Amino acid sequence: MSAPGASEKEIWPLWEVFVRSSRGISHTHVGSLHAPDATLAVRNARDLYTRRNEGVSIWVVPADAITTSDPDAKGAFFESPAGKNYRHASYYTKSEGVKHL
Amino acid sequence: MTIPPVPYAIAPENAATVSAEEQQFNDLIAADSRIEPRDWMPDGYRKTLIRQISQHAHSEIIGMQPEGNWITRAPSLKRKAILLAKVQDEAGHGLYLYSAAQTLGVSRDLMTDQLIAGKARYSSIFNYPSPTWADMGSIGWLVDGAAICNQVPLCRASYGPYGRAMVRICKEESFHQRQGFEILLELMNGTPAQREMAQDSVNRWYWPALQMFGPPDDDSPNSAQSMAWNIKRFSNDDLRQRFVGMLVPQAEVLGVTLPDPDLRWNEEKGAYDMGEIDWTEFHEVLAGRGPANARRLQRRRDAHNEGQWVREAAAAYAAKQAVKAVA
Repeated sequence: MSAPGASEKEIWPLWEVFVRSSRGISHTHVGSLHAPDATLAVRNARDLYTRRNEGVSIWVVPADAITTSDPDAKGAFFESPAGKNYRHASYYTKSEGVKHL
Repeated sequence: MTIPPVPYAIAPENAATVSAEEQQFNDLIAADSRIEPRDWMPDGYRKTLIRQISQHAHSEIIGMQPEGNWITRAPSLKRKAILLAKVQDEAGHGLYLYSAAQTLGVSRDLMTDQLIAGKARYSSIFNYPSPTWADMGSIGWLVDGAAICNQVPLCRASYGPYGRAMVRICKEESFHQRQGFEILLELMNGTPAQREMAQDSVNRWYWPALQMFGPPDDDSPNSAQSMAWNIKRFSNDDLRQRFVGMLVPQAEVLGVTLPDPDLRWNEEKGAYDMGEIDWTEFHEVLAGRGPANARRLQRRRDAHNEGQWVREAAAAYAAKQAVKAVA
């Protein structure tokens, strides 16, 4: 399936919008919108996604430019971390009760 | 609430006919998890969502008109600014929802074409006129109130992009309902003529607002399937009942009468009994024969056609800039 908005049938492409809610926080995906180019996509994103002081910075990315991992191969693709709970601090229980560990 | 039939529960002898991807979809739904755009999904699920989300988007877009009618005539500058913000929100809601529908593979232009060709449905409520300022109050209190009641459970809809759009929409709708309530409260505290205007408006919007929850459960053919897919969480009648239960004490605060002589508390049921809804009217309006259907569609069609040169010019400019950037 091609990315939404990438079809020849669309007069304007779709953009994915990321908003930084305040300084020190990373940009987070908030939704998509429809715009002819990047400049207008940023302006439209301001009007559409930050009408109530939701952000201090906006990124827009053409939906078509995003590469996604294959959802059907999810099991195999994300297999490597499975069964490796020794990567989490909670795996080590013998130190329980010992301070600053 | 009755438990809907579960179409995906497959008898063991038929289990072999379920593909691995379908099984994965069924498991996600059974676990009340979310389906995302790139996941496999049954055609019926995709079609149901495209229909529901696009109708919902159209409703938001057409829904700008009854209130847009009063922007230039709002009684004060503050009221005008508030109304502008509210109508802008409705446009925003339409845009969130069109984007969500696009993730299912339908194009924006096709949805727009279907709307202006009169082939797509939108909420019947927007086919009623808004002749008085009090209607801005009733639309906020009753129409947005009913919409919120319908939409809060949709925040948990199984399709991820739809649920996420609904979360944003619900946050914004609560301002709409409160500002409508305040408009009516102000009128009810005003002159006898203002009180009469508020009551008249509530009389006109009450029944159409109850119809927004859709036909009664025994006449709602798609509901069971939508509930089994976790798109819909409560039946039409359950939501309507809940809404009326919230309205009665609010009407008391306002001092307005809800225009239903059969409305009374049923101690045994622990809920209100209400009069019969005129479903003939509902189906007439849905079929295009409501008081403002033709006017609403014509306005939308004109706006779309008048904006065509803007869309084309912006696309042409973007194409030209893209060529320049490569050169």
